[in-house]
Amino acid sequence: MEVERVSGLKFHKKQDVAIVGAGMTTFKRRLNETGKELSFLAIKQALEEADMDLSDIEMVVMGSAPDAFDGLHMKGEYLLDGSGGSDRPYMRVFVGGGTGVFAPIAGYWHVASGLADVCLVVCEEKMSSCMPHPQSAFKYIWDPILDRPLAPNLIWIFALEMNRYMHVHNIKHEDIALVSVKNKANALDHPCAQLAEKITVEDVLNSEPMALPVRRLDVSPPSDGAAALIMVAPHIARQVTDNPVWVTGVGWALDTTMWTNRDLYFPRYVAEAAKMAYRMAHITDPRKEIDVAEPYDPFDYKELHHMEGLGLAKKGEAPILTREGVTARDGDLPCSPSGGLLGVGNPIAATMGVKAGELYWQLAYRAGKRQVAKEVTTGVCQAWGDLMQVGTVMVMSNKR
Amino acid sequence: MRVAVVGVGYSGFNANTPDLNWKEITLEAAARAYDDAGINPRKDVDSIVTCAEDIWEGFAIFDEFVPDQLGGVLKPTCTVCADFLFGIATAYMQIKSELADIAVVEAHSKASDILTFGETIKFAMDPIWLREIGSAHPYYFAALEMSQYINECCITEEQIAEVVVKNKNNALKNSSAPYGSKVTVEDVLNSPMVFDPMRKIEIAPRADGAIVFVLANEDVAKDLTDTPIWVKGVGWWSETSNYDTMSFNAVYAYKAAKMAYKLAGITNPAKEVDIAEVDDRFAFKEFQHLEALQLSKRFETGTLMREGYFAKDGELPVNLSGGSLGIGNLLEATGGQKALEVVLQLRGLAGRRQVEAETGVAQAWRYIPTASGAVAVFGV
Amino acid sequence: MSVGKKDISCPPEAPGTPLKDSDIAEKKVTYVEDHPDIRYAWTAGQAISRFLNELKKGKLIATKCNKCRRILFPPRMFCELCYKPIDDWVYVKDTGTVQTFSISYIDPDAKPLEKPVIVAVIAVDGASKNMAFMHVLGEVEPEKVYIGMKVKAVWKPEEEREGSVTDIKYWKPIEG
Repeated sequence: MEVERVSGLKFHKKQDVAIVGAGMTTFKRRLNETGKELSFLAIKQALEEADMDLSDIEMVVMGSAPDAFDGLHMKGEYLLDGSGGSDRPYMRVFVGGGTGVFAPIAGYWHVASGLADVCLVVCEEKMSSCMPHPQSAFKYIWDPILDRPLAPNLIWIFALEMNRYMHVHNIKHEDIALVSVKNKANALDHPCAQLAEKITVEDVLNSEPMALPVRRLDVSPPSDGAAALIMVAPHIARQVTDNPVWVTGVGWALDTTMWTNRDLYFPRYVAEAAKMAYRMAHITDPRKEIDVAEPYDPFDYKELHHMEGLGLAKKGEAPILTREGVTARDGDLPCSPSGGLLGVGNPIAATMGVKAGELYWQLAYRAGKRQVAKEVTTGVCQAWGDLMQVGTVMVMSNKR
Repeated sequence: MRVAVVGVGYSGFNANTPDLNWKEITLEAAARAYDDAGINPRKDVDSIVTCAEDIWEGFAIFDEFVPDQLGGVLKPTCTVCADFLFGIATAYMQIKSELADIAVVEAHSKASDILTFGETIKFAMDPIWLREIGSAHPYYFAALEMSQYINECCITEEQIAEVVVKNKNNALKNSSAPYGSKVTVEDVLNSPMVFDPMRKIEIAPRADGAIVFVLANEDVAKDLTDTPIWVKGVGWWSETSNYDTMSFNAVYAYKAAKMAYKLAGITNPAKEVDIAEVDDRFAFKEFQHLEALQLSKRFETGTLMREGYFAKDGELPVNLSGGSLGIGNLLEATGGQKALEVVLQLRGLAGRRQVEAETGVAQAWRYIPTASGAVAVFGV
Repeated sequence: MSVGKKDISCPPEAPGTPLKDSDIAEKKVTYVEDHPDIRYAWTAGQAISRFLNELKKGKLIATKCNKCRRILFPPRMFCELCYKPIDDWVYVKDTGTVQTFSISYIDPDAKPLEKPVIVAVIAVDGASKNMAFMHVLGEVEPEKVYIGMKVKAVWKPEEEREGSVTDIKYWKPIEG
């Protein structure tokens, strides 16, 4: 389809941003395709949905997690041709695990500033290249003097945070395990899912201990995968569809490096980022105004932790909402209807497909069997990263 | 609504900083920049952009270690994995999207912490096609490009030597440049040929340093300072990741400059640009970049260089700071050093290097083995 | 084009070819291996250098910001909240309270450990509230550890200390 474009760079006024296409590859522990090929597959799907060509794309934003996984330095440069960045302005952004929602935020400011009318956002992850296990690359996120001599494992920080959260609000592991059960069951309807299965709370509590209180079924697996989004300016969105999904609010925040100096029971970095995004989207009561949410759930307790950070539940209340079925797909505030990272997989940056991509599909009523029961207008997706530091939040709406 | 630079600060530049870690040099640069702009980072800054690559620093997820020393705790902070000028473009876009009124850009180089520099560059090469070819230091990649370029454009080794002479002598007037020296064309031609046709003295050695810029939108800039330096245009471009299909003609710089000039409303760069700071981490690159930035015509650059067209007292002074040959390879902060010099010149704070200028261009490349680069145009 | 159409299932397909670990081990797929040798030597900087030297002497040191009146541990040269240089150095005790803990059964490469490691975030006495750092616990059964437990550092003998956080072997519960 020929998209009629106004010639010349429109750089003199701020414009709204809509999402008109998304795509993702399957998420599996190990995929045969290279990082470049995965990006290509995801982008192809997104372009097909929007009925656009690569030649319609003006700028490209790429998000990808630590270079250590792919075994490359400057991997943004290496992956650029597979990401559609050849012969184009191309930029790679990175905020650790928060990249899944941060790359679309970067895509937002490419279009909102007026410098581009059509921006492609692509995230790719190839964790399986790192041998013997992608966990090994996480050795290098720690402070080399204060933390590394103790031979820490990434799971430690989650376990420490989970324990603190459980202790402060007196939450039982059974309630937290409900999230894992819900998400893995939700993922049965997702074609790209890696670990979709029907499990019970007992399965979770009896699974292999990794770093107590975290057990194997509390954790999302490392995966390979890629996802893509197409973000456009209003006049392009109008030509492509009558019902674009608008990005109404973005926010991101980074907390101090000294994570041991913080009380870990509440993710204040998510709260700050959400504050910024809600202010932009004119949302004052998130619990009422948000219809569907995709909080980041690399661990089951993280979904609860982030729900509270996003203001969707009062502190300590999130497990109660889960227990009562409020966060199920047919509930009042469905959370992670896609199956989240626990069910679909965790290819760090490519989780964009499961967070931002899913939210877009839900608001466009194109999520198929995963579509939530209620009518949806506004939704929020969120990602988290680094050493319990980064919160990135995006609010979308299908009404302008 | 325009975007301006309201404060700059830097720390360095030194060949080595054994007493300070990278957090401390960044803190120094940031403290100076905030003082220059007259703002309190804990209250006034809306967004911070760091330009860093994990493997240069030695951490996975370098973003974690950024906020404290920039005053960014619990503030919107992010990392762009690219050169400083890409960061300027990002801050520009953030301000234009009204996501921030004041945005801070930071980059630093602690190249002296890297013990295996050659291996680190090699780590950026394609693992299947390029990495295992030969055991020489990866600088030979630049030499391959140089060989084709000087043959195509008939550039002599004396002309290349002029670049080294100009930049290293310029650096003598720059108190923060560690590699300035009084060299002559003969000295350059006597330097050992390490990667034929590239000589040892044509390769910029490494340096440490940190640079922080504070950008603001038009209204805030006018409140904060009487001498805002406007970011008239930004541009960035990537050609391809494949070494074998790269243009070897700095097309990335040409396209990035085209984008920046369009934003700045510059139609005849050779006449409208007063000074330029281009990436000269390999001496021949200065020629390539000058032609790509349309500041001189192909086949003429060598002659103009000989005639002193690009010298301090010439028509279009280039690399007055001493360039990367005089200051050192600052890794991702290279673009920052270029932008810093342009801003200082436009403000009249360049000391003995001062020339009259109203419009300046800063350009940087992302080093071997890439074909990406960014350009920024500043004006008063 | 499907954009604009409702009630279609997206993503329409899940492209990608999964592999098993055995496919790599049995060389059913072509791959290239690389073992890069990249080394760094980070300068510790002023605050951490002093911190490590004090550890060698068997002491824990912190810094003080007079504006927010926090005693910062681990020490740093500037207060990140007030954004100003710190004013003084202060010794803190080698006892503390467990803020949170975990019992780890895996090592950094995700391989199982024979004996579990008890890692904890310990708020050090003498520093401000929540000024904690990460370390391991010892001489205690995993089931007996609880949040709020008081612990004391067990140091290596002086000749074995090298100026590293491992100069403290572990922290053990204080009786009573």
